[in-house]
Amino acid sequence: MIDLILTSRCTGCNACVIVCPTNVFEPRGGGPPAIARQDACQTCFMCELYCPADALYVGPDCEAPSPTDEATLLASGRLGQYRRDSGWDEWADDPRYANQHWRMDAIFARARAASARS
Amino acid sequence: MVVRLTSPDTAARGADGVTLAADVLVIGGGLAGGWAAIAAARAGASVILVEKGYFGASGVTATAGPGHWWVPPDPAGARSQAIAQRNARALGLGDPRWMERIIDLTWRTLPTLAPYYDFPTNEAGVTQFRGLRGPEYLRALRRLASDLGVRILDHHPALELVADPDGAVVGAKGLRRQAGGDWLVRAGGVVLATGGCAFRSRLLGAHNNTGDGLLMGAEAGAELSGMEFSSYYTVAPARTTMTRSMSYGFARYFDADGRRLEIAPGPDVTRALAAALLRGPVLCSLEDTPQDIRAVMPQVQPNFMLPFDRMGVDPYRDRFEITLTGEGTVRGVGGLRLADDDGGVGVPGLYAAGDTASREPVAGANSGGGAQNSAWALSTGAWAGEAAARFARRPTARRMSRGEGLGRVGLRPARRAGAVAPGEIEGAVKAEMLPYDKTVFRSGPRLARSLETLEEAWKASRDHLGDGAADRLRSREAAAMAAAARWCCTSALARNESRGMHQRTDAPASDPRLARRLRLRGVDRILVLPERTVGREEILP
Ligand SMILES: Cc1cc2nc3c(=O)[nH]c(=O)nc-3n(C[C@H](O)[C@H](O)[C@H](O)COP(=O)(O)OP(=O)(O)OC[C@H]3O[C@@H](n4cnc5c(N)ncnc54)[C@H](O)[C@@H]3O)c2cc1C
Ligand code: SF4
Ligand code: SF4
Repeated sequence: MIDLILTSRCTGCNACVIVCPTNVFEPRGGGPPAIARQDACQTCFMCELYCPADALYVGPDCEAPSPTDEATLLASGRLGQYRRDSGWDEWADDPRYANQHWRMDAIFARARAASARS
Repeated sequence: MVVRLTSPDTAARGADGVTLAADVLVIGGGLAGGWAAIAAARAGASVILVEKGYFGASGVTATAGPGHWWVPPDPAGARSQAIAQRNARALGLGDPRWMERIIDLTWRTLPTLAPYYDFPTNEAGVTQFRGLRGPEYLRALRRLASDLGVRILDHHPALELVADPDGAVVGAKGLRRQAGGDWLVRAGGVVLATGGCAFRSRLLGAHNNTGDGLLMGAEAGAELSGMEFSSYYTVAPARTTMTRSMSYGFARYFDADGRRLEIAPGPDVTRALAAALLRGPVLCSLEDTPQDIRAVMPQVQPNFMLPFDRMGVDPYRDRFEITLTGEGTVRGVGGLRLADDDGGVGVPGLYAAGDTASREPVAGANSGGGAQNSAWALSTGAWAGEAAARFARRPTARRMSRGEGLGRVGLRPARRAGAVAPGEIEGAVKAEMLPYDKTVFRSGPRLARSLETLEEAWKASRDHLGDGAADRLRSREAAAMAAAARWCCTSALARNESRGMHQRTDAPASDPRLARRLRLRGVDRILVLPERTVGREEILP
């Protein structure tokens, strides 16, 4: 569930307001949007993917908030993890984060082979 | 790559709302709706796509990574072999002709996305078209649709269809939940692509998939089919939405005392896990996952590790609690019954695509993560979009003819309004549709009890749900979920046997006489119409 917008990073671009499928955010004239409807959050992490400033944190628990604070998050190294691992925006040309989704078929096949052996 | 976002439609501002017109209106911007809008625009139609959330981030495609049914035309015989295998799994309810059609269209269509989706190559340098990452896929569909001139209205949920006095669908109405006010779109053809209904189970990406299109279609006179095949569950870490199952092919499961549960990964894992979960907590370990797979996981499924990392759990070392998340019709089968090859539902001007349409022709009694689902969404989307464009251009089209909103339950209560809250209906529906003992282990008496409870919820909705003061979207969503639940249980009760994902503890064998599809007609009063032969018009007397 969405937990925090880091005011120190947020540029007020409102990308999260636009992309959130369940309309969780409310724009606030140029500043960081408000998390206005936290209980509507579907824990899909899409706002993190689309936030160019890595200023959002979605907690792992989909049933209740996971309260946290800016300092903890800044130190955690988790901010922007999804966007980076997806190779979005400035990460697009970094070979470390190239899209390897096509390996799914081979992974499924290996899992089937492993369970057939056991 | 720079993010390019279109802001909520600027032309559509105004206190009370807007009226717009287009040749084709597509309702829902997921995999099916995206391809429908693209196909209609390619056919020369003016197109409006309305989406409850954001076309690009909403729906179950956006958060997953669909692998399509991808069978090249050669070597000769590869397709017929794939179809024969699939048809065997459909357990008498499939139709090889439809399978052939979606394989072929998917094969021809997916590569046309290449200018917008960076299809990777494998080690041998071969371009990989079959599987796409969800967010990138939807972003590509949005960009292509935009470039083709499709007008995209995000945060514009549809609430009801509009029909002319002859019953032809001529548009739809809905809500502008960010801009404020209502919208009305008049259109020559309307495509329902609102996805399936997951009953707000916390299935990843499915919050908006409340079955709205099923209810809207049935209100216009469309029939449903295959609604009993709505009992698919996916494993996920407890209290998370991460229903991505690939890694669980390597899973070991344990009970709360640490005893290993003998549950072999594979197709029958759901029933074994559900039985274990009914006894108590179940823990999982992914320690058998090979090192090289662990290393690439973040670039294969970038969202898979997010909940683990944030919970401080190393799934390859620590045991973590799991749950099974119900999917309703999403990785089930049922939906609006297609009446022709073009995605028409038997109502002039109305088409259905993707999870909104019954996938029985290609999935039969088994669906799951099978690649036929995304191939179906792409193909039915494309056919519906094209056919709607054709229908809108027919010489006798009477655009702008007067129409009436068809929405009843959840929008226009029959009696004193406001006495029931949408949350109450939603809660009642979930309590019948999601528990393992009711849906994984179905039985006649339990289904009959569920139907009684759902009937009460339906009557309360019909009489009291939704008025001027209530949240109209939530009311309508609750009504749609109640309708879908009644159709699922009615069909599951009528199918007095076990077949594919539909398993009845009181009728554990398949009954050869029931190797036929069950059609449903009606919203308030539901008629079950078993087909005489698979896919044929005649109905048993
Ligand atoms: C985790 C997961 C993994 C999967 N993996 C595979 C796979 O590998 N291969 C495969 O073939 N299939 C897979 N599937 C199934 C496949 O994703 C679906 O069949 C397919 O995405 C359906 O597309 P759709 O467009 O019908 O629905 P969706 O993509 O869900 O889109 C429906 C859209 O309609 C919108 N909407 C809903 N109501 C309204 C309304 N009232 N007004 C306006 N808009 C509305 C929603 O917001 C949503 O954006 C998977 C499913 C899941 C859940
Ligand atoms: S997307 Fe990020 S930077 Fe933009 S408003 Fe939202 S939180 Fe702030
Ligand atoms: S996680 Fe998804 S639903 Fe929640 S705020 Fe972010 S985009 Fe919205």
